[in-house]
Amino acid sequence: MGKITLRNVQKRFGEVAVIPEIDLDIDEGEFVVFVGPSGCGKSTLLRLIAGLEDVSGGVIQIDGVDATTLPPAKRGLAMVFQSYALYPHMSVRRNIAFPLKMAGLPPDEIARKVDAAAKVLNLSAYIDRRPGQLSGGQRQRVAIGRAIVREPKAFLFDEPLSNLDAALRVNMRLEISELHQTLKTTMVYVTHDQVEAMTMADKIVVLNAGRVEQVGSPLELYRTPRNVFVAGFIGSPKMNLIEGAAAAAEGAATIGIRPEHLDISSNAGTWAGTVGISEHLGSDTFLHVHSDHGTLNVRAGGEVGLRHGDRVWLTPQADKLHRFDAKGARII
Amino acid sequence: MARAVSARRSLLTGILAWTIGLVIFFPILWIVVLSFKSEGDAIAAPLAMLRAPWTFEAYAEVQERSDYFKHFWNSVVISVGSTLIGLLIAIPAAWAMAFVPGRRTKDLLMWMLSTKMMPAAGVLVPMYLIFRDFGLLDTLAGLVGVLTLINLPIIVWMLYTYFKEIPGEILEACRMDGADLKREILYILAPMAVPGIASTLLLNVILAWNEAFWTLRLTASDAAPLTAFIASYSSPEGLFYAKLSAASVMAIAPILILGWFSQKQLVRGLTFGAVK
Repeated sequence: MGKITLRNVQKRFGEVAVIPEIDLDIDEGEFVVFVGPSGCGKSTLLRLIAGLEDVSGGVIQIDGVDATTLPPAKRGLAMVFQSYALYPHMSVRRNIAFPLKMAGLPPDEIARKVDAAAKVLNLSAYIDRRPGQLSGGQRQRVAIGRAIVREPKAFLFDEPLSNLDAALRVNMRLEISELHQTLKTTMVYVTHDQVEAMTMADKIVVLNAGRVEQVGSPLELYRTPRNVFVAGFIGSPKMNLIEGAAAAAEGAATIGIRPEHLDISSNAGTWAGTVGISEHLGSDTFLHVHSDHGTLNVRAGGEVGLRHGDRVWLTPQADKLHRFDAKGARII
Repeated sequence: MARAVSARRSLLTGILAWTIGLVIFFPILWIVVLSFKSEGDAIAAPLAMLRAPWTFEAYAEVQERSDYFKHFWNSVVISVGSTLIGLLIAIPAAWAMAFVPGRRTKDLLMWMLSTKMMPAAGVLVPMYLIFRDFGLLDTLAGLVGVLTLINLPIIVWMLYTYFKEIPGEILEACRMDGADLKREILYILAPMAVPGIASTLLLNVILAWNEAFWTLRLTASDAAPLTAFIASYSSPEGLFYAKLSAASVMAIAPILILGWFSQKQLVRGLTFGAVK
């Protein structure tokens, strides 16, 4: 249960093709993250799967059944919204019970399931409060509770953590991953935060201007980005992308090297530069080195003894160098 | 020091606010006072009038001379009837405009509002002729119809701003939760929109109750509401101050009481959407 297949799915708003054409397979029990910059069509794609938007062309199958024209209620999916979208006039209990009530379950079974969900999500103490009396994190848990009680074929998350503060976001991220381990239900998660994508996903779908740039596991995308866009988007801090003579020397239009794959030395190396801003994180130091090839971000140890203005040499690790052609595609 | 200044300032603001409030309220207060005096005393100099004995004379005479309850009932039918029919038309209209807007929805709303800017006297003759030809003069049905049309733009606008405040994601969430359109309206939209619908209803009942232009010109006796009842006591000759005041008090009292008890709803209705 929970296999979602998209074939030639398109979405146009008037003349504008938000999603020109997409093929995608989401396997049963997978945690799939749609990631991309603002306006790349990731939320639209999720809404197409949910049935909240109609496709302009193509087919969406859920568990092998054509769901393209089914209304949202008939698709058996649950969605968690960015704004939580709780029913403000209902208590937490009635919010969580709502989908079960719509499904026509008997009251005692509803009560049992709601209590169980509230317990899993640590909501038992707030069960009779209204959403307005809850904090952001609690509201998000109620929204997740409302999604899990109905045991859907798949969960859809639309940037669920972006309204939470940084500390809470990390906690909720772990809670959602934990939930996935427990339930083993398919989850489709939309975010613009590539750290969320890297840490949570079994499979990441990188989207740009409505097109799928690459699909793969987090480490696949990190190690072998298929093009310059994915190379620049996945990884934090970003991969250094260099054009010009240095790239030509490697037989490419653009070369990419991640901050941790640049060796830094005060004596000798391939590219000369001057240390600019240093960001000390304790465990690591990120140095912004001004070189002839632009400003390069270098990851060094926490105890690195370099200061602003020091003359340094950088050497890229040859086997970690990514090469891209003039169209931005990876050169194998 | 800062506290002293702010205390003095708040005292001054208080006095100013009370003064403005009393100036605005004064005519109504004066009418109430006059209504409890005899006709002879009512035209005396203000101080002499105030010192004169209090009496229910004017009220008794008014009730004797004209049928207050008939006018009252006509006012109720016209104001409540036109508001309910207006809501019946406006709820689906505002619904569609708020949740499935088209490219011209904004223009349509502006056009509707612009009809309120036209002076009513401009269409008096055609309206009168239409009423005459359709036999609607001095009928409740005719007045309910015309007041429905007059207040419809305001009803649609008020409901539209209310519905706009209901986040679309909540409606989408309930669709995802398995609700069909009927249950979406029953369980989610209606409970969330009730305060908005209630204050729209209240405000429009008051507006229709107080409407005097059309009610005076399109009625004679059968369908005449309280506005016509008051007008019948205004006369260029004779002693009518006390009776006119008594009639006015009797006409505004019901709506004043309704307004007093529902002021919280009304203020909320009028400022809704202004502050998020």
